[in-house]
Amino acid sequence: MNNAIVFQDVNKAYGDLRRAAVHNVSLEVMEGHLVVLLGPSGCGKTTLLKMVNRLIEPTSGKIFINDTEIHDLKTTELRRRIGYVIQQVGLFPHMRIDENVKVVPKMLGWDKARLNTRADELLDLVGLPPAEFKKRYPAQLSGGQQQRVGLARALAADPPLMLMDEPFAAIDNITRTRLQDELLRIQHTVRKTILFVTHDVEEAIKLADEIVVMREGNVLQYDTPLNILTNPADEFVARLTGAEDVLRRLSLQPVASVMLPLTSEATVSDSTKKIAPTSNLRDALNLLLSDPAEQLIVVNDENHPIGSLTLESIHSFTQTSRTPTQVVGQPRSR
Amino acid sequence: MGDVSLIDYFGRGFDYIFRHWDRVSPRFWEHLQITVISLLIGAAIALPIGFWISRVRWLATPVLGFLNILYSIPSLAFLALLVPFTGLGSTTTIVVLVVYAQALLVRNTALGFNSIDGSILEAARGMGMSKAQIFWRVELPLAVPVILAGMRIATLAIVSIATVGALVGAGGLGKLILRDPQNFPVVSAAIICIVFIAVVADQIYRLIERLVAGYRYSKVGGKSARVINQTNQETLTAAVKP
Repeated sequence: MNNAIVFQDVNKAYGDLRRAAVHNVSLEVMEGHLVVLLGPSGCGKTTLLKMVNRLIEPTSGKIFINDTEIHDLKTTELRRRIGYVIQQVGLFPHMRIDENVKVVPKMLGWDKARLNTRADELLDLVGLPPAEFKKRYPAQLSGGQQQRVGLARALAADPPLMLMDEPFAAIDNITRTRLQDELLRIQHTVRKTILFVTHDVEEAIKLADEIVVMREGNVLQYDTPLNILTNPADEFVARLTGAEDVLRRLSLQPVASVMLPLTSEATVSDSTKKIAPTSNLRDALNLLLSDPAEQLIVVNDENHPIGSLTLESIHSFTQTSRTPTQVVGQPRSR
Repeated sequence: MGDVSLIDYFGRGFDYIFRHWDRVSPRFWEHLQITVISLLIGAAIALPIGFWISRVRWLATPVLGFLNILYSIPSLAFLALLVPFTGLGSTTTIVVLVVYAQALLVRNTALGFNSIDGSILEAARGMGMSKAQIFWRVELPLAVPVILAGMRIATLAIVSIATVGALVGAGGLGKLILRDPQNFPVVSAAIICIVFIAVVADQIYRLIERLVAGYRYSKVGGKSARVINQTNQETLTAAVKP
């Protein structure tokens, strides 16, 4: 796969170069991947993100989007090709929902019919039935609904690249979880390259194909969530991501990867404890502990047994799961 | 008023207006004319200044401070002060009214632009709107309701202060009063006309605000989007002037 975004020795300093906000960052983000920039406040993650659409100009270094250096394009043109979602949403309060969604395609000169179908299509995609919502004003929507519109607006002109700056940070837990699920579902259908800033580790692990862990302007580690948890680059990454948290690691491992072959001809009755092979080990453990069951039977979509899982098999996984892999700058392919 | 009741007082005013509309009407139209001209000139000057001090923030304090000082000069003194330069007549009055309008309009124009949430402007830039597009499609439409609130207050102030212009020879309803200040019905008729202009103007602004800022009032499915216009209330308290 191609690299959609390439950072080349990117620096951003406000005054004193030794205390740069972003320090010598080189990264390659693969097309169609959702890459999370993770780190504490002031680590430079938002600065790095905003340099991509030139809301912040780098002090030095180059940034390429599909092999074009971003400064070779007109700023407005560059930005119209990049979807941008921010924490405070920033919908235009004086425009109706459909008008908000149409802003970028309108600037690109789409005709009316295409604008209308596109707006309806997107509102459907983000779970806001257009018939009910498109003629409302932003103030008539809840925070979660507003961010759905924010997402639809960013997707409007079908940009290959999306920048998301803590989009769900100001939303309540339940709605946030739902929006994360929806983002994954949408990402599954539209396959954008997404740079996603967050300070929420759970969110990063849940959404990311790869995570970039940052601290004080430096990239400490760039890898898949599982590899970061099983093999953190240093003490800071381990503490930040809670790598010692066994449950968190289990939540990233599918049941299928550790299940045992069926020993005897297992029959599936209603009383048998069943689990899908795509479920994670954390859920499996939960199920095993919640009821004194000897084992779980792994069943496929047709309810046909394909394997089993015991406490011992999970235990042996936690003992052996620390594999030595770490690469900075280029993620391990999965 | 002595033993004349309030109802009687205004009753006689209405009576005078209907009987002697030929005497009242020229003053009424002059008054309206002075008010509208002062407002238009005032707005033409205030809008650019207000926008300017919203961009160059350090200018806001000195500019608004200066305008407030001008606003605090009593109207009678201000008029007298200008007569040597602009002479007797409506011009002097209009100049004074334009200056007074600045304090209200400049403040509200700057407030209108400053009160736009930063995230809205960041989103606009991030989506690739040019500076001109951001101004015309986002900033101006969002500032207009607050600017209108300023216009509304300024109109009320101008309508009443214009009366004093009669002292330096301007036309208008003040002239009616000045000619016969002891005559209840005449004074009452002038007051009724001034209040009438103020009330009608207020309703017109209300209408315009609904038209250009409908999003502040729209209702869907019982859910109201009404935004309480704080700025309106803030400026109201600041605008009371004799």
